[in-house]
Amino acid sequence: MGLFGGRKTVFVDADILVIGGGMAGCGATYESRYWGRDLKIVCVEKANIERSGAVAQGLYAINCYMGMQWGENRPEDHVRYARNDLMGLVREDLGYDIARHVDSTVHKFEEWGLPIMRDPKTGRYQREGKWQIMIHGESYKPIVAEAARKAATRVYNRIMVTHLLMDSSRKNRVAGAVGFNVRTGDFHVFRAKAVIVSAGGASHIFKPRSVGEGMGRTWYAPWSSASAYGLPIMVGAKMTQMENRIVLTRFKDGYGPVGAYFLHLKTYTQNGYGEEYEKRWYEDTKALVGDYIDRHPVPTCLRNHAILKEVAAGRGPIRMVTKEAF
Amino acid sequence: MPTFVYMTRCDGCGHCVDICPSDIMHIDKTYRRAYNIEPNMCWECYSCVKACPQNAIDVRGYADFAPLGHSVRVLREEKKGTVSWRLKFRDGREKSFVSPVRTTPWGSIKGPAEYDAPRPEDFARQELAHEPDALNTNQPLPALRPDQLKLGLG
Repeated sequence: MGLFGGRKTVFVDADILVIGGGMAGCGATYESRYWGRDLKIVCVEKANIERSGAVAQGLYAINCYMGMQWGENRPEDHVRYARNDLMGLVREDLGYDIARHVDSTVHKFEEWGLPIMRDPKTGRYQREGKWQIMIHGESYKPIVAEAARKAATRVYNRIMVTHLLMDSSRKNRVAGAVGFNVRTGDFHVFRAKAVIVSAGGASHIFKPRSVGEGMGRTWYAPWSSASAYGLPIMVGAKMTQMENRIVLTRFKDGYGPVGAYFLHLKTYTQNGYGEEYEKRWYEDTKALVGDYIDRHPVPTCLRNHAILKEVAAGRGPIRMVTKEAF
Repeated sequence: MPTFVYMTRCDGCGHCVDICPSDIMHIDKTYRRAYNIEPNMCWECYSCVKACPQNAIDVRGYADFAPLGHSVRVLREEKKGTVSWRLKFRDGREKSFVSPVRTTPWGSIKGPAEYDAPRPEDFARQELAHEPDALNTNQPLPALRPDQLKLGLG
Protein backbone atom coordinates (compact mmCIF):
# COMPACT_ATOMS: atom_id res chain seq x y z
CA MET A 1 0.00 0.00 0.00
CA GLY A 2 2.76 2.44 0.86
CA LEU A 3 2.46 5.92 2.31
CA PHE A 4 -0.32 7.11 0.00
CA GLY A 5 -1.97 3.74 -0.54
CA GLY A 6 -5.27 4.64 1.05
CA ARG A 7 -5.56 8.09 -0.44
CA LYS A 8 -8.78 9.59 -1.71
CA THR A 9 -9.37 11.97 -4.57
CA VAL A 10 -11.32 15.09 -3.63
CA PHE A 11 -12.96 17.32 -6.25
CA VAL A 12 -13.62 20.97 -5.44
CA ASP A 13 -15.42 23.38 -7.76
CA ALA A 14 -15.07 27.12 -7.28
CA ASP A 15 -15.54 30.41 -9.08
CA ILE A 16 -12.21 31.81 -7.94
CA LEU A 17 -9.30 29.66 -6.80
CA VAL A 18 -6.51 31.40 -4.88
CA ILE A 19 -3.32 29.32 -4.72
CA GLY A 20 -1.21 30.23 -1.71
CA GLY A 21 -2.49 31.78 1.49
CA GLY A 22 0.36 34.09 2.40
CA MET A 23 0.02 37.86 2.46
CA ALA A 24 -0.73 38.06 -1.27
CA GLY A 25 -3.17 35.16 -1.23
CA CYS A 26 -5.04 36.56 1.76
CA GLY A 27 -5.24 39.91 0.00
CA ALA A 28 -6.45 38.30 -3.23
CA THR A 29 -9.11 36.40 -1.29
CA TYR A 30 -10.32 39.56 0.43
CA GLU A 31 -10.34 41.53 -2.81
CA SER A 32 -12.16 38.72 -4.63
CA ARG A 33 -14.93 38.72 -2.07
CA TYR A 34 -15.27 42.51 -2.15
CA TRP A 35 -15.96 42.40 -5.87
CA GLY A 36 -17.65 39.02 -6.10
CA ARG A 37 -20.24 38.86 -3.34
CA ASP A 38 -21.98 35.67 -4.51
CA LEU A 39 -18.95 33.80 -5.79
CA LYS A 40 -17.48 30.64 -4.38
CA ILE A 41 -13.96 31.71 -3.42
CA VAL A 42 -11.50 29.07 -2.32
CA CYS A 43 -8.03 29.66 -0.90
CA VAL A 44 -5.54 26.78 -0.86
CA GLU A 45 -2.44 26.86 1.33
CA LYS A 46 0.25 24.27 2.00
CA ALA A 47 0.58 25.29 5.66
CA ASN A 48 -1.98 26.96 7.93
CA ILE A 49 -2.93 30.47 6.83
CA GLU A 50 -2.81 31.63 10.46
CA ARG A 51 0.99 31.41 10.20
CA SER A 52 2.10 30.82 6.66
CA GLY A 53 4.15 32.45 3.96
CA ALA A 54 7.08 34.78 4.39
CA VAL A 55 5.29 36.80 7.09
CA ALA A 56 4.60 33.73 9.26
CA GLN A 57 6.77 34.90 12.11
CA GLY A 58 5.82 38.57 11.80
CA LEU A 59 7.64 41.63 10.53
CA TYR A 60 8.91 44.74 12.29
CA ALA A 61 8.34 47.08 9.35
CA ILE A 62 6.28 47.63 6.26
CA ASN A 63 8.89 48.28 3.65
CA CYS A 64 6.78 50.10 1.12
CA TYR A 65 4.48 52.93 2.12
CA MET A 66 4.09 56.09 0.06
CA GLY A 67 2.54 58.39 2.65
CA MET A 68 0.46 60.15 -0.01
CA GLN A 69 -1.89 61.46 2.68
CA TRP A 70 0.96 63.56 4.06
CA GLY A 71 2.57 64.35 0.73
CA GLU A 72 5.64 62.26 1.59
CA ASN A 73 6.07 60.29 -1.65
CA ARG A 74 4.17 59.75 -4.86
CA PRO A 75 3.93 56.46 -6.78
CA GLU A 76 6.14 57.94 -9.48
CA ASP A 77 8.84 58.57 -6.86
CA HIS A 78 8.80 54.88 -6.05
CA VAL A 79 9.05 53.95 -9.72
CA ARG A 80 12.06 56.26 -10.00
CA TYR A 81 13.67 54.62 -6.97
CA ALA A 82 13.06 51.10 -8.31
CA ARG A 83 14.24 52.06 -11.79
CA ASN A 84 17.53 53.36 -10.42
CA ASP A 85 18.05 50.48 -8.04
CA LEU A 86 17.42 47.88 -10.76
CA MET A 87 19.31 49.91 -13.37
CA GLY A 88 16.39 50.25 -15.71
CA LEU A 89 15.36 46.58 -15.77
CA VAL A 90 11.94 47.25 -14.37
CA ARG A 91 8.33 47.01 -15.48
CA GLU A 92 7.46 50.55 -14.46
CA ASP A 93 3.72 50.07 -14.92
CA LEU A 94 3.66 47.17 -12.45
CA GLY A 95 5.76 49.03 -9.90
CA TYR A 96 3.54 52.06 -10.26
CA ASP A 97 0.41 50.00 -9.76
CA ILE A 98 1.70 48.45 -6.54
CA ALA A 99 2.83 51.82 -5.26
CA ARG A 100 -0.47 53.58 -5.85
CA HIS A 101 -2.49 50.89 -4.05
CA VAL A 102 -0.20 50.23 -1.10
CA ASP A 103 -1.33 53.14 1.06
CA SER A 104 -4.97 52.10 1.17
CA THR A 105 -3.90 48.54 2.04
CA VAL A 106 -1.75 49.74 4.93
CA HIS A 107 -4.59 51.93 6.22
CA LYS A 108 -6.81 48.86 6.22
CA PHE A 109 -4.21 46.90 8.22
CA GLU A 110 -4.21 49.63 10.84
CA GLU A 111 -8.00 49.66 10.97
CA TRP A 112 -7.97 45.87 11.47
CA GLY A 113 -5.68 46.24 14.47
CA LEU A 114 -2.06 46.15 13.30
CA PRO A 115 -0.12 48.42 15.68
CA ILE A 116 1.71 51.00 13.55
CA MET A 117 4.14 53.29 15.35
CA ARG A 118 3.62 57.00 14.98
CA ASP A 119 5.99 59.91 15.26
CA PRO A 120 4.92 61.64 18.50
CA LYS A 121 5.69 65.10 17.05
CA THR A 122 4.03 64.88 13.66
CA GLY A 123 1.44 62.15 14.28
CA ARG A 124 2.50 60.51 11.04
CA TYR A 125 3.66 56.92 10.75
CA GLN A 126 7.16 56.51 12.17
CA ARG A 127 9.65 56.18 9.33
CA GLU A 128 12.92 54.31 9.51
CA GLY A 129 13.79 55.00 5.90
CA LYS A 130 12.30 56.79 2.94
CA TRP A 131 9.88 53.94 2.21
CA GLN A 132 9.71 52.01 5.48
CA ILE A 133 7.31 52.48 8.36
CA MET A 134 7.69 50.79 11.73
CA ILE A 135 5.12 48.41 13.12
CA HIS A 136 4.66 46.01 16.02
CA GLY A 137 4.19 43.17 13.58
CA GLU A 138 4.22 40.00 15.66
CA SER A 139 0.61 39.25 14.66
CA TYR A 140 0.75 40.78 11.19
CA LYS A 141 -0.10 37.45 9.54
CA PRO A 142 -2.80 36.29 11.99
CA ILE A 143 -4.56 39.66 11.52
CA VAL A 144 -4.49 39.43 7.73
CA ALA A 145 -5.48 35.74 7.91
CA GLU A 146 -8.56 36.70 9.93
CA ALA A 147 -9.65 39.05 7.14
CA ALA A 148 -9.05 36.32 4.55
CA ARG A 149 -11.01 33.72 6.48
CA LYS A 150 -13.95 36.11 6.64
CA ALA A 151 -13.70 36.60 2.89
CA ALA A 152 -13.22 33.03 1.68
CA THR A 153 -15.99 30.52 1.15
CA ARG A 154 -13.49 27.95 2.34
CA VAL A 155 -9.80 27.88 3.16
CA TYR A 156 -8.01 24.58 2.51
CA ASN A 157 -4.97 24.29 4.76
CA ARG A 158 -2.15 21.78 4.27
CA ILE A 159 -2.78 21.28 0.57
CA MET A 160 0.32 21.59 -1.60
CA VAL A 161 -0.67 22.59 -5.13
CA THR A 162 1.72 21.09 -7.65
CA HIS A 163 0.27 21.75 -11.11
CA LEU A 164 -2.20 24.01 -12.88
CA LEU A 165 -4.89 22.43 -15.04
CA MET A 166 -5.61 23.68 -18.54
CA ASP A 167 -9.09 24.05 -19.95
CA SER A 168 -9.83 21.25 -22.42
CA SER A 169 -12.13 23.32 -24.63
CA ARG A 170 -10.60 26.78 -24.52
CA LYS A 171 -7.01 27.12 -25.56
CA ASN A 172 -4.48 28.73 -23.21
CA ARG A 173 -6.93 29.04 -20.39
CA VAL A 174 -6.19 27.78 -16.89
CA ALA A 175 -9.17 25.93 -15.44
CA GLY A 176 -7.93 24.76 -12.07
CA ALA A 177 -5.15 23.10 -10.18
CA VAL A 178 -4.21 19.83 -8.53
CA GLY A 179 -2.44 19.18 -5.29
CA PHE A 180 -2.27 16.84 -2.36
CA ASN A 181 -2.83 17.03 1.34
CA VAL A 182 0.60 16.97 2.95
CA ARG A 183 -0.71 14.99 5.91
CA THR A 184 -3.04 12.40 4.40
CA GLY A 185 -1.82 12.29 0.82
CA ASP A 186 -5.38 12.86 -0.42
CA PHE A 187 -5.32 14.10 -3.98
CA HIS A 188 -7.25 17.34 -4.58
CA VAL A 189 -8.59 18.52 -7.90
CA PHE A 190 -9.74 22.14 -7.95
CA ARG A 191 -11.78 23.35 -10.90
CA ALA A 192 -12.34 27.10 -11.12
CA LYS A 193 -13.44 29.83 -13.47
CA ALA A 194 -10.50 31.98 -12.48
CA VAL A 195 -7.22 31.02 -10.82
CA ILE A 196 -4.94 33.41 -8.97
CA VAL A 197 -1.40 32.19 -8.30
CA SER A 198 -0.16 33.91 -5.16
CA ALA A 199 2.35 31.27 -4.16
CA GLY A 200 5.78 31.93 -2.74
CA GLY A 201 9.19 32.66 -4.20
CA ALA A 202 12.27 30.53 -3.91
CA SER A 203 14.77 30.12 -1.14
CA HIS A 204 17.75 27.78 -0.90
CA ILE A 205 18.64 28.25 -4.58
CA PHE A 206 22.29 28.68 -3.74
CA LYS A 207 24.43 26.63 -1.44
CA PRO A 208 24.44 28.34 1.93
CA ARG A 209 27.73 29.91 2.85
CA SER A 210 27.24 29.10 6.50
CA VAL A 211 28.29 25.67 7.64
CA GLY A 212 27.49 23.34 10.50
CA GLU A 213 24.56 24.56 12.51
CA GLY A 214 24.15 27.54 10.24
CA MET A 215 23.32 25.48 7.15
CA GLY A 216 19.61 26.16 7.32
CA ARG A 217 19.88 29.78 8.30
CA THR A 218 18.15 31.93 5.74
CA TRP A 219 16.53 35.29 5.85
CA TYR A 220 13.71 34.27 3.55
CA ALA A 221 11.29 31.54 4.53
CA PRO A 222 13.01 28.15 4.07
CA TRP A 223 9.77 26.51 2.93
CA SER A 224 9.45 28.71 -0.16
CA SER A 225 9.70 26.21 -2.98
CA ALA A 226 9.26 28.54 -5.98
CA SER A 227 5.64 27.60 -6.76
CA ALA A 228 5.04 31.19 -7.87
CA TYR A 229 7.41 30.51 -10.76
CA GLY A 230 6.98 26.79 -11.28
CA LEU A 231 3.20 26.68 -11.56
CA PRO A 232 2.83 29.31 -14.31
CA ILE A 233 6.02 28.35 -16.20
CA MET A 234 4.90 24.73 -16.52
CA VAL A 235 1.73 25.78 -18.36
CA GLY A 236 3.57 28.24 -20.58
CA ALA A 237 2.64 31.50 -18.90
CA LYS A 238 4.60 34.55 -19.93
CA MET A 239 6.79 35.55 -17.02
CA THR A 240 7.96 39.08 -16.47
CA GLN A 241 10.79 40.66 -14.49
CA MET A 242 12.67 37.38 -14.38
CA GLU A 243 15.84 39.31 -15.27
CA ASN A 244 15.94 40.50 -11.71
CA ARG A 245 16.90 38.14 -8.99
CA ILE A 246 17.17 39.55 -5.53
CA VAL A 247 20.59 38.70 -4.20
CA LEU A 248 21.12 40.09 -0.74
CA THR A 249 24.41 40.40 0.99
CA ARG A 250 24.50 38.47 4.20
CA PHE A 251 27.08 38.83 6.93
CA LYS A 252 28.20 36.17 9.30
CA ASP A 253 25.90 35.83 12.31
CA GLY A 254 23.53 38.45 10.95
CA TYR A 255 21.01 36.51 8.96
CA GLY A 256 18.35 39.16 8.98
CA PRO A 257 17.85 41.70 6.23
CA VAL A 258 20.97 43.85 6.25
CA GLY A 259 18.95 46.89 5.19
CA ALA A 260 17.73 47.03 8.77
CA TYR A 261 21.27 47.19 10.07
CA PHE A 262 22.27 49.87 7.60
CA LEU A 263 19.15 51.98 7.94
CA HIS A 264 18.11 51.53 11.50
CA LEU A 265 21.35 50.93 13.32
CA LYS A 266 23.58 52.97 11.00
CA THR A 267 26.14 50.22 10.60
CA TYR A 268 28.73 50.22 7.81
CA THR A 269 31.04 47.74 6.12
CA GLN A 270 34.80 47.37 5.98
CA ASN A 271 37.21 45.07 4.20
CA GLY A 272 39.50 42.66 6.01
CA TYR A 273 41.99 45.48 6.71
CA GLY A 274 39.42 47.72 8.29
CA GLU A 275 39.28 50.01 5.24
CA GLU A 276 36.38 51.62 3.48
CA TYR A 277 36.41 49.90 0.10
CA GLU A 278 33.33 51.00 -1.84
CA LYS A 279 34.91 54.23 -3.12
CA ARG A 280 37.91 52.28 -4.41
CA TRP A 281 35.69 50.66 -7.04
CA TYR A 282 33.93 53.85 -8.09
CA GLU A 283 35.84 54.45 -11.37
CA ASP A 284 35.83 50.76 -12.25
CA THR A 285 32.09 50.47 -11.79
CA LYS A 286 31.42 53.79 -13.52
CA ALA A 287 33.21 52.48 -16.59
CA LEU A 288 30.88 49.50 -16.52
CA VAL A 289 27.51 51.09 -15.83
CA GLY A 290 27.94 54.82 -16.27
CA ASP A 291 25.79 57.20 -14.32
CA TYR A 292 23.99 54.58 -12.26
CA ILE A 293 26.91 54.60 -9.81
CA ASP A 294 26.13 58.26 -9.02
CA ARG A 295 22.54 57.60 -8.05
CA HIS A 296 21.34 57.96 -4.51
CA PRO A 297 20.86 55.42 -3.11
CA VAL A 298 23.59 53.54 -4.99
CA PRO A 299 21.93 50.54 -6.69
CA THR A 300 22.10 47.48 -4.44
CA CYS A 301 23.67 45.32 -7.14
CA LEU A 302 26.54 47.79 -7.54
CA ARG A 303 27.25 47.77 -3.83
CA ASN A 304 27.28 43.97 -4.00
CA HIS A 305 29.59 44.21 -7.01
CA ALA A 306 32.07 46.22 -4.96
CA ILE A 307 32.04 43.51 -2.30
CA LEU A 308 32.74 40.79 -4.89
CA LYS A 309 35.56 42.80 -6.49
CA GLU A 310 37.12 43.56 -3.13
CA VAL A 311 37.05 39.90 -2.10
CA ALA A 312 38.44 38.85 -5.48
CA ALA A 313 41.27 41.37 -4.98
CA GLY A 314 42.24 39.49 -1.83
CA ARG A 315 41.13 42.03 0.72
CA GLY A 316 38.24 40.12 2.21
CA PRO A 317 36.39 39.21 4.21
CA ILE A 318 33.95 42.07 4.21
CA ARG A 319 32.70 42.75 7.67
CA MET A 320 29.77 44.72 8.95
CA VAL A 321 30.87 47.01 11.75
CA THR A 322 28.27 46.81 14.47
CA LYS A 323 30.12 47.67 17.68
CA GLU A 324 29.40 51.39 17.42
CA ALA A 325 25.75 50.85 16.56
CA PHE A 326 25.11 48.48 19.42
CA MET B 1 19.26 26.50 16.26
CA PRO B 2 15.88 24.92 15.57
CA THR B 3 13.16 24.09 18.00
CA PHE B 4 13.34 21.22 20.43
CA VAL B 5 10.71 19.80 22.76
CA TYR B 6 10.96 19.08 26.47
CA MET B 7 9.54 15.58 26.46
CA THR B 8 8.38 15.77 30.06
CA ARG B 9 6.25 18.88 29.44
CA CYS B 10 4.77 17.95 26.05
CA ASP B 11 1.43 16.18 26.24
CA GLY B 12 1.16 15.48 22.53
CA CYS B 13 -1.76 17.88 21.94
CA GLY B 14 -0.59 18.76 18.43
CA HIS B 15 -0.99 22.56 18.46
CA CYS B 16 2.55 22.87 17.12
CA VAL B 17 1.80 20.35 14.37
CA ASP B 18 -1.23 22.37 13.39
CA ILE B 19 0.57 25.72 13.16
CA CYS B 20 4.11 24.95 11.91
CA PRO B 21 4.51 26.72 8.55
CA SER B 22 7.28 24.34 7.54
CA ASP B 23 5.30 21.21 8.52
CA ILE B 24 8.23 19.86 10.48
CA MET B 25 6.71 19.58 13.96
CA HIS B 26 5.33 16.05 14.12
CA ILE B 27 4.14 13.71 16.85
CA ASP B 28 6.34 10.72 17.45
CA LYS B 29 4.16 7.67 16.96
CA THR B 30 5.75 5.66 19.74
CA TYR B 31 6.23 8.27 22.45
CA ARG B 32 3.23 10.50 21.60
CA ARG B 33 5.37 13.61 21.97
CA ALA B 34 6.12 16.36 19.45
CA TYR B 35 9.52 16.63 17.82
CA ASN B 36 11.18 18.56 15.03
CA ILE B 37 11.58 16.13 12.13
CA GLU B 38 13.73 18.36 9.89
CA PRO B 39 15.86 20.87 11.80
CA ASN B 40 17.45 22.23 8.59
CA MET B 41 14.10 23.56 7.45
CA CYS B 42 13.25 25.32 10.71
CA TRP B 43 13.05 29.11 10.41
CA GLU B 44 12.94 29.61 14.16
CA CYS B 45 9.74 31.53 13.56
CA TYR B 46 8.52 30.68 17.06
CA SER B 47 5.00 29.92 15.78
CA CYS B 48 5.00 26.55 17.57
CA VAL B 49 6.69 27.97 20.67
CA LYS B 50 3.89 30.54 21.03
CA ALA B 51 1.18 28.01 20.23
CA CYS B 52 2.27 25.44 22.82
CA PRO B 53 -0.09 25.44 25.84
CA GLN B 54 2.49 23.57 27.92
CA ASN B 55 5.45 25.87 27.12
CA ALA B 56 7.21 22.68 26.12
CA ILE B 57 9.02 23.98 23.05
CA ASP B 58 12.25 25.93 23.16
CA VAL B 59 14.69 27.31 20.62
CA ARG B 60 18.38 27.22 21.29
CA GLY B 61 20.61 29.95 19.85
CA TYR B 62 23.32 28.96 17.37
CA ALA B 63 26.40 27.89 19.26
CA ASP B 64 28.79 29.94 17.12
CA PHE B 65 27.49 33.27 18.37
CA ALA B 66 25.02 32.47 21.15
CA PRO B 67 26.87 30.29 23.64
CA LEU B 68 25.06 27.64 25.59
CA GLY B 69 23.54 28.58 28.89
CA HIS B 70 21.25 31.33 27.67
CA SER B 71 17.53 31.19 27.11
CA VAL B 72 14.91 33.01 25.08
CA ARG B 73 11.35 32.63 26.32
CA VAL B 74 8.22 34.10 24.81
CA LEU B 75 4.65 34.52 25.98
CA ARG B 76 1.99 35.61 23.51
CA GLU B 77 -1.23 36.69 25.18
CA GLU B 78 -3.95 37.13 22.60
CA LYS B 79 -6.55 38.59 24.95
CA LYS B 80 -4.16 41.22 26.24
CA GLY B 81 -2.86 41.79 22.73
CA THR B 82 0.77 41.56 23.80
CA VAL B 83 3.85 39.46 23.25
CA SER B 84 6.50 39.31 25.99
CA TRP B 85 10.09 38.18 25.54
CA ARG B 86 12.61 37.37 28.24
CA LEU B 87 16.23 36.88 27.33
CA LYS B 88 18.66 35.39 29.80
CA PHE B 89 22.36 35.73 29.07
CA ARG B 90 24.88 33.19 30.21
CA ASP B 91 26.36 35.61 32.74
CA GLY B 92 22.97 35.98 34.40
CA ARG B 93 21.86 39.28 32.88
CA GLU B 94 18.24 39.40 31.83
CA LYS B 95 16.35 41.55 29.37
CA SER B 96 12.59 41.73 29.01
CA PHE B 97 10.52 43.21 26.22
CA VAL B 98 6.78 43.64 25.83
CA SER B 99 5.17 44.70 22.55
CA PRO B 100 1.59 45.16 21.46
CA VAL B 101 0.47 42.73 18.78
CA ARG B 102 -3.01 43.97 18.09
CA THR B 103 -5.04 47.07 18.90
CA THR B 104 -8.50 45.61 18.23
CA PRO B 105 -10.29 42.52 19.63
CA TRP B 106 -9.64 39.24 17.83
CA GLY B 107 -12.43 38.43 15.44
CA SER B 108 -13.49 42.08 15.06
CA ILE B 109 -12.44 42.56 11.42
CA LYS B 110 -15.30 43.53 9.16
CA GLY B 111 -15.44 41.10 6.25
CA PRO B 112 -15.40 42.53 2.73
CA ALA B 113 -18.99 41.42 2.08
CA GLU B 114 -20.22 43.53 5.02
CA TYR B 115 -19.49 46.72 3.10
CA ASP B 116 -21.85 48.17 0.50
CA ALA B 117 -21.57 46.19 -2.71
CA PRO B 118 -19.71 47.94 -5.52
CA ARG B 119 -21.92 49.51 -8.18
CA PRO B 120 -21.90 48.08 -11.70
CA GLU B 121 -19.92 51.07 -13.01
CA ASP B 122 -17.22 50.49 -10.38
CA PHE B 123 -16.13 47.31 -12.15
CA ALA B 124 -14.83 49.38 -15.06
CA ARG B 125 -12.67 51.52 -12.79
CA GLN B 126 -9.11 50.97 -11.58
CA GLU B 127 -9.79 51.35 -7.86
CA LEU B 128 -9.41 48.32 -5.60
CA ALA B 129 -11.61 47.65 -2.57
CA HIS B 130 -12.27 50.72 -0.39
CA GLU B 131 -10.49 53.08 -2.77
CA PRO B 132 -10.21 55.96 -3.18
CA ASP B 133 -11.60 56.64 0.34
CA ALA B 134 -9.02 54.46 2.11
CA LEU B 135 -6.18 56.46 0.54
CA ASN B 136 -7.06 59.28 2.99
CA THR B 137 -6.04 61.85 0.40
CA ASN B 138 -9.42 63.23 -0.72
CA GLN B 139 -8.02 62.71 -4.20
CA PRO B 140 -8.77 60.16 -6.87
CA LEU B 141 -6.51 57.14 -7.25
CA PRO B 142 -3.33 58.29 -9.02
CA ALA B 143 -3.13 57.15 -12.63
CA LEU B 144 -0.11 56.83 -14.85
CA ARG B 145 0.26 58.76 -18.07
CA PRO B 146 2.34 57.11 -20.81
CA ASP B 147 4.69 60.11 -20.91
CA GLN B 148 5.68 59.37 -17.32
CA LEU B 149 7.22 56.03 -18.30
CA LYS B 150 10.80 55.22 -19.17
CA LEU B 151 12.28 58.53 -18.18
CA GLY B 152 15.72 57.01 -17.70
CA LEU B 153 17.97 58.13 -14.90
CA GLY B 154 16.18 60.24 -12.36
